[in-house]
Amino acid sequence: MKLQRKNRLRALTLGAVAVSGALALTACGSDDNGGGSKASGNPSSAANASSIKCDGAKGQLLSDGSSAQKNAIDAWVKNFSQACGVQINYKAGGSGAGVTSFTQGQIPWAGSDSALKPEEVAASKKVCSGGQGIDLPMVGGPIAIGYNLNGVDNLVLDAPTLAKIFDGKITNWNDQAIKKLNPSAKLPDLKIQAFHRSDDSGTTDNFTKYLIATTPDNWKYSGGKTWQAKGGQSAAQSSGVAQQVKQTNGAIGYFELSYVGDGIKPVSIDTGAAQPVAPSTDSATKAIADAKVVGTGSDLSLKLNYNTKADGAYPITLVTYEIACDKGNKADTLPTVKSFLNYMASEDGQKLLSGIDYAPMPDAIISKVRSTIATLS
Amino acid sequence: MDTTKTTDAPPPTSQPPANVQKRVNRGATRPGDRVFLGLSRGSGILLLVIMAAIAVFLTYRASLAISKDHGNFLTTFEWNTNLVPPSFGIAVLAFGTVVSSVIAMVLAVPVAVAIALFLTHYAPRRMSGPVAYVIDLLAAVPSIVYGLWGALILVPHLNGLFGWLDEYLGWTGIFSWQGGAPRSMLTVGILLAIMILPIITNVSREVFRQVPQMHEEAALALGATRWEVVRMSVLPFGRSGVISASMLGLGRALGETMAVATVLSPTFDIQTSLLDPGGGTFAQNIASKFGEATQDGRDALIASGLVLFVITLLVNGAARAIIARRKEYSGANA
Repeated sequence: MKLQRKNRLRALTLGAVAVSGALALTACGSDDNGGGSKASGNPSSAANASSIKCDGAKGQLLSDGSSAQKNAIDAWVKNFSQACGVQINYKAGGSGAGVTSFTQGQIPWAGSDSALKPEEVAASKKVCSGGQGIDLPMVGGPIAIGYNLNGVDNLVLDAPTLAKIFDGKITNWNDQAIKKLNPSAKLPDLKIQAFHRSDDSGTTDNFTKYLIATTPDNWKYSGGKTWQAKGGQSAAQSSGVAQQVKQTNGAIGYFELSYVGDGIKPVSIDTGAAQPVAPSTDSATKAIADAKVVGTGSDLSLKLNYNTKADGAYPITLVTYEIACDKGNKADTLPTVKSFLNYMASEDGQKLLSGIDYAPMPDAIISKVRSTIATLS
Repeated sequence: MDTTKTTDAPPPTSQPPANVQKRVNRGATRPGDRVFLGLSRGSGILLLVIMAAIAVFLTYRASLAISKDHGNFLTTFEWNTNLVPPSFGIAVLAFGTVVSSVIAMVLAVPVAVAIALFLTHYAPRRMSGPVAYVIDLLAAVPSIVYGLWGALILVPHLNGLFGWLDEYLGWTGIFSWQGGAPRSMLTVGILLAIMILPIITNVSREVFRQVPQMHEEAALALGATRWEVVRMSVLPFGRSGVISASMLGLGRALGETMAVATVLSPTFDIQTSLLDPGGGTFAQNIASKFGEATQDGRDALIASGLVLFVITLLVNGAARAIIARRKEYSGANA
């Protein structure tokens, strides 16, 4: 509360000096008032508001990048802009578009579902004077394998079987390999209809990365955002794939966890752990905890351990990174970016994720992220 | 004002013929005329410049993409622009575009001609107005709405038709069905047929309406039945009009994007059966790949767009050639 009042005072003095900024600042002031009055009525939002440190955040922030983390960013933006009166516009135009805009200096921070490639780091050095772009893992997302099969409820599959199904090598639900993993299930004599994404997607990339890492003998493709296996059926966007799985008995597809339910059941993965693991925000966080930080310097890019056998760890998980300069951020946007990243990495920010089907970062990683954000300049 | 003054003044003796000649050629020119001339000429030139600029841009970007293509641009069954080097080819797209449009034409043209004939020659006047209006409304529905309707309503209801086709015509190979979701070339063709129906109907109706009354009356006087009138005077007169109407429809079918992208299950291989899901069209591929495309990816998509452009040009050229040849026989436009 004390902090907030101080901020408002600062804002008011600034407002008196800078006439040109009058509009934005009055908006900021009134938002603060709104937050304050709400806080008195609702204890939970009071907790939210007090944990957000605005620290000189002001004006407008533009960003672009991965659509996989869009819902998480939207939720954070809503709380943050309420507390600090900052307008943040995250376009979710795709990871590629986000990274390109960042390395061209159009946006101060970008979101991406894969870490910066060496040539992208090189390009970022032009924008970050004296520094370079770094990856901060912030949001985890379990990729669910969803299926629709009347009368079968807890389907268990392992990596080789998944690879064979999506490569068209296993074509019937009563195949021996599936029976072996599900001894008690009544598997029907029905054709398997495997759906993949028809558009290029980070979800495809991460799912096939998992297959390549765990069962290279059964998945002989090079991977990437484009689906490479022949045959099967496809649909545009995760929502399209989910729609097809929902209306087709005998269908299986992959998409974000939020599409599970409503006629689509998740496949539990037999990872070699004691029990098969179902996708959930918890089990994804456990898998990310098994990842190694491979970034050098202040870069925190992760190498996920897709072969993890840890109990309750769901290996088909993607991590989205926030990308900013370690040194040489633009002076006018730095405080805003820093305080917004701080809020994302804060305990409250991460806690928000599991409520909207994202996986929070494990403690060991998020504490590194926090200390890295503190050094941004 | 100036011009009237100079003409009012008595000209020197040697000048008059030249002066008169000039005025006859150009007519009176007042400021309004000059402004109008400038505007219309400018618009014409601007259009050409814009077209040339687009053509140069497209060809340039396409040539960049094709020079980087590791596969064969014409025969590769793959579209992966994220590989290093990229590998992509248009074979599947060209096949799918042509096949889906042909299906749409086969389904739509007979129905459209029948509707047009009904409206102009059979329906009571009171009824033909509202029916024509409803058909116009079909043309006003945005294509994405057709796509959503197709994906959510049409596709689930096609299982029965596909099963029937497979049972009785499966032996042909074209109509065999392995039981995948009915999101195939035939589905796309059916949806496209519905979408191009209004334009073909409307143009055909206008053409049939212009059949000279004398032709029809002459046929009637010879004792022809109504069907014979249609066959002997209306159809020959309207043939070239129906062909151009069909070409307008074909143009829309070839370029249709969102409806196809929503309904089809695109894969990069060619299915011998029209009922098995798979394949793709140019416009659908551009729509679904553009969002996440890198620079190379966009160039490759532009290259595929150029091919679609060429195909459309060829089709239109062929249609014009047909119309030009038919004219002599039908005597319609004489």
